[in-house]
This record gives sequence, structure tokens and C-alpha cells, in this order.
Amino acid sequence: MPVMSYIQAVTQAMREEMQRDEKVFVLGEDVGKKGGVFKATDGLYDEFGEQRVIDTPLAESAIAGVGIGAAMYGMRPIAEMQFADFIMPAVNQIISEASRIRYRSNNDWSCPITIRAPYGGGVHGALYHSQSVEAVFANQPGLKIVMPSNPYDAKGLLKAAIRDEDPVLFFEHKRAYRLLKEEVPEDDYVIPIGKADVKREGDDITVITYGLCVNFALQAAEKLEEEGISTHILDLRTVYPLDQEAIIEAAKKTGKVLLVTEDNKEGSVMSEVSAIISENCLFDLDSPVQRLAGPDVPAMPYAHTMEKFFMVSPDKVEAAMRDLAEF
Amino acid sequence: MEEQFPIIKVMDDEGKLVDPDVQIDSELVKKLYYHMTRIRLFDRKAISLQRQGRIGTYPPYEGQEAAQVGSVMALNGGDWVFPTYRDHGATLTFGADMVRTFLYWNGRAEGCVPPEGKNIFPAAVPIATQIPHAVGTAWAEKRKGTDHVALVYFGDGATSEGDFHEGLNFASVFQTPTVFFNQNNRYAISVPVEKQMHSKTIAQKGLAYDIPSVRVDGNDVLAVYEETQKAVKRARQGEGPTLIEAVTWRTGAHTTADDPTKYRPEAQGESVVHPLDRLERLMKNENLWDEAWINQVQLELENEVEVAVEAMENYPKANPEDLFDHVFETLPEQLDEQKQSYLDLIGRG
Repeated sequence: MPVMSYIQAVTQAMREEMQRDEKVFVLGEDVGKKGGVFKATDGLYDEFGEQRVIDTPLAESAIAGVGIGAAMYGMRPIAEMQFADFIMPAVNQIISEASRIRYRSNNDWSCPITIRAPYGGGVHGALYHSQSVEAVFANQPGLKIVMPSNPYDAKGLLKAAIRDEDPVLFFEHKRAYRLLKEEVPEDDYVIPIGKADVKREGDDITVITYGLCVNFALQAAEKLEEEGISTHILDLRTVYPLDQEAIIEAAKKTGKVLLVTEDNKEGSVMSEVSAIISENCLFDLDSPVQRLAGPDVPAMPYAHTMEKFFMVSPDKVEAAMRDLAEF
Repeated sequence: MEEQFPIIKVMDDEGKLVDPDVQIDSELVKKLYYHMTRIRLFDRKAISLQRQGRIGTYPPYEGQEAAQVGSVMALNGGDWVFPTYRDHGATLTFGADMVRTFLYWNGRAEGCVPPEGKNIFPAAVPIATQIPHAVGTAWAEKRKGTDHVALVYFGDGATSEGDFHEGLNFASVFQTPTVFFNQNNRYAISVPVEKQMHSKTIAQKGLAYDIPSVRVDGNDVLAVYEETQKAVKRARQGEGPTLIEAVTWRTGAHTTADDPTKYRPEAQGESVVHPLDRLERLMKNENLWDEAWINQVQLELENEVEVAVEAMENYPKANPEDLFDHVFETLPEQLDEQKQSYLDLIGRG
């Protein structure tokens, strides 16, 4: 089984889907000859040509909107937003159009578009190349938001997103792109959207998280194991709509829950996870639900010391886990 | 710019041919008259139904019948139509079902469903969002190698939106078979076009994108038909997009919730000759006015509208719990549970 980085798994998923289905195509800024600013579409232009790997004008609303038109026609567009930060001009298209088309047309039309975007900080990307934007979209019924935590999941989830009959936002952590590597099967597999995944079994505390923070939690859990603290880790994988059953089960498992997200704390996806736990797990909890998140400041700072202070890290996760275990 | 983009006319306000030597297709004229009359009857009926509380808020298109009928009649069956909320005159003419169109204005999602094989997108309500869709669909048709075109409607206000410019640019770069059909009805709710833009025309906006653009008298159905036909032909032949500005006039309010006397100068629009009156004058001038046929058409269409209203009103009431249908292809488990809990709340679980 080949070892792949997170970004190679993303590319491989697109390649396989484009080979499988003529209707799948890629559009976005610099996705063609250059292969994307992060190289997510590397090699696709050479393999599939300019008709299927399309360099678009620098216009995010048109990238989404043209993709929506093609999806409603019956194509399978994969639209790339160069950075999640730059998805904002396309919000009207994504929320007002893509997420509502099936509903408002009484199921007569659908919009099977996948919109990929790299998110997240810790890469010295500064204000406009570091943001987490999932919460902006995470209360829009009709949309699905997928955020994989490792290369294996990235491939299987992206393939599922491309095949999904509804619009999917697919956020890839840009720091994970080259940081995370593992064995990824060459064969065709999909991971179901909407299902969370237990990444580690444990009995003392539960960490619920997604994206790159899953890796941080796994690192921290290893260390705490040496101290005799056993950690249960649930990876949400899909942050909208949430897998409520898995969340409730994971919370009840240990009765002590830490929610981790890199996004700003207030109004994050984790606020909703916390509400689900409070609605369902009152008598199973042994401590208040804890949240570790980015601070409620408008943007990721550029200054190195400040960026480090902002970012969730393995050390911070470890400290928060230990505090919870000792509660 | 007005000189560079003169308003193209086939007939004047008196229904006289601008070029007396031009040959008129009498069958076409009758068809245009038929459809314009039909959609006018629908429109007036809808206003009346709204006033009686029998349908919801309604945006009339009176005054724009020539622009809508003339343009949509230039299309073929396999082409694509992207309407806004004020373009159901065009979609009705293209083949949308009249009962469903009434249902739409009575708040029913079923109203968005076009007849099988009719490529009519659900009407866009956010302004200009449908413009990139028409580019995407046209691009897909081009890639597939068909000769189908996509015609997208939008108003004067929409030309201020980013999606208008992004869509035009994209269509220009990829030379998609898209016809951008603007109905400049002079008002975006209460804001006159003179305040919407400093540009003297909308057609000139195509220049920046190297898109052939024309300005046509939107109340002259023959001129609209001819210019749209040319644009459609170019698109079919792989010659790319066209921008058409049809200069017209919104006779009534923005919607039935709006009162234009609050913002329009009193006499404004009084001199505008209604497109149907113009066509009537032309038909009389050209000896195409057959009183018996006219009366027959009138009766037939009034009856069609009445029957459609009755069918709309007898349509089964919406089942409240259908509210949860079609959020996704398959209902997520928790949404199903939510549905159950809402039903429990009203004692129907």
C-alpha cells in the first residue's frame, strides 16, 4: 500500500473519480497547468486536458455559480476555492442557490457540486490565508460540510462528496497537506458522509474534534496514556449535518468531554456539539463540557509569536485533556 | 453611447413599419399576438387574485409582454431558460404549465417544476444569481457538442451585481452559447435606472467583455424577436454570447406590496404605448386584424385562465409535514427525529 500525504490523497481521489466518470471536472483559479497553488490538482491537466481541468477567471462567485449551472445540467463539478478565506464572494451562490435548489424545486432539480477549499492556520498564512469558515455555512440545511483529518479519510470522503447528489463543501486543512502521511489503499473506496468515526478507544475522557485537531488529540492521548489517562477520540468527519448519535455515544462513554476546534470559539461547530450533549447526556456527565478553540478575535495573526498563541496545538490539547481528567 | 447603441425598431408607436419594404410573417404575428394576450390575461388575473387574498404577493410584468414573448419565441424546445421572478410570461410561452405557475404564486414548490423535457430553471429571486448558472449550463452544452443555447433574463438593477459581471466575463472567456437578455424596465423597485448607473445604456457594458451587444425597443415584439433570433443563431453556430438590452417599461408596481406613486413622477410612462396596442395597430395597418379570430382567441384564453385558476384552487392543500422533504436526497436520521418531535408538539405524532 503506498504512503500518501494528505494532499496526494486529495489529488488521487479526484483523479480516480475523473477516470471513473466523464462528467466529473475541475474548475478554479490556477488549477490547470500550475496544478493549484498547493498542487492539489497536480497532473490532472496533463491527464484530462483543459476541457476538464479549467482555469477560471479570478471570480469566486462565478466559479461556484458556473459550477452550479453545470451541476444542475447533470455534470459533476469540483470547484476549487483557492483559500477558504476567499469563499466569501461565493456565499450567495452556495447558500442562496446550491443549498436550496432541491428543496425549492420540490426535488425536481438537484445540485451535485463539490466545493473544495484549504482552510486553517499555523502555516504563517496571516489574516487572509488561515481562516476556518465552516461555521459560516454550518446552519444551512441542504449543504453538507466535510472536513477530513487524515489522508485515508481525505480520499474516501472526497470520493463520496463527488458522488453525492447534494452540494458538499470539502474543507482541507492546509497544514495537514504535507504534514500528515500514511498508507492509503490504491483501490476504490468511499467513506460515508454524515458519519463520525472513533479514532481511539478510551475510558477516562472523551475528545470530540475534526480536521487537523484530531491529529493533535491523538498525539496528546499517547502522552497521557503514559500517565494512565485513557482517552476516547471521536472525529466528526462531517461537521454539518452532525452525527448526533455518535456524539451522544462518545459523550456517555466517559462522561467527561472536551471539544476542540481551531475556529473562533463563540458560535463554532462545537457550540452545537455542546448543545447536543447537554440535551441528551445530563445524567451521564461527570464534568462540565469543555471547549478548546481559537480565541474570538477577527483573524489569525501574522506575527509568529501571536500566531502560535492563537493556534490550537498538541500541547494545548494535552493540557486541556489533563485538566479535564483531573476534574 | 446612445448613438453607438441605437434602439432597434421594426415598428413605430403607431404600428407602422420602420422599413416599409420589410416582409411580415403573418403567422408569426398571430402567434406573437396570441401569446402576448395570453400572458397579459394571466398577469391581470393574478393581480386580481392577489387583491382577493387568493394567492400571495405577486410581481406583475404588464408592459413587458413584448420583451418576454419576443425573446422566448426565438428559442427551440431543447434550449434553456433562466427566469427571474418577473419572467413567468416568458416561461408560460416557452411551455411552463399555467396551473403550476399559479401554484407557484400561491406558495407551492410544485410550481417550480417544469413539464418533462422543458429546460426551465426555477425562478431566481436573489438578484443576478441565475446569470452564472446560465453560463455553466451553456458551457456544459458546448462541451457536449450540442447546439443548444441558454437564455437568461435579468433586470436593470441586476447589472449592478457582481454576478452579472462575473457571468459576462466567464461567458466571454469561454465563448459559451449564452444569450444575456436584459429587460431594462427602468426601475429596480423604486430606484430609476438613471440612479442605478451613470452609463447611458446597459448594452455598452458588453463592450468591456467584447461581447456583441444590441439595444432593442423592448415594446416592439418583432424587433425583440428578430434580435434574439440573431443572438441565438450566433450562439448555436459557436460564435459565443450576446448581450441584449430590451428597453421597456414596467407599467405597474414592483409587486402587489409596492406603491409606485410614492416614487414615480406623476406623468411618467404615460406616453409609453403598450406593446399589445402597438401590435394591434400594426396588425390593423397590415390587414391582419381579423375581428372574429381576435374574439375567438380572447374567449379561448379567458377560459384557459379560468380553468387554470380553478385547478390551482382545487389543488390538494400542502401537507405540513412535507416541510421536511427534499432537504437532501435522503433525509438524515436526526432530521427525521426532528420531524417526529414537531409532530408530537402538535399532537400528531
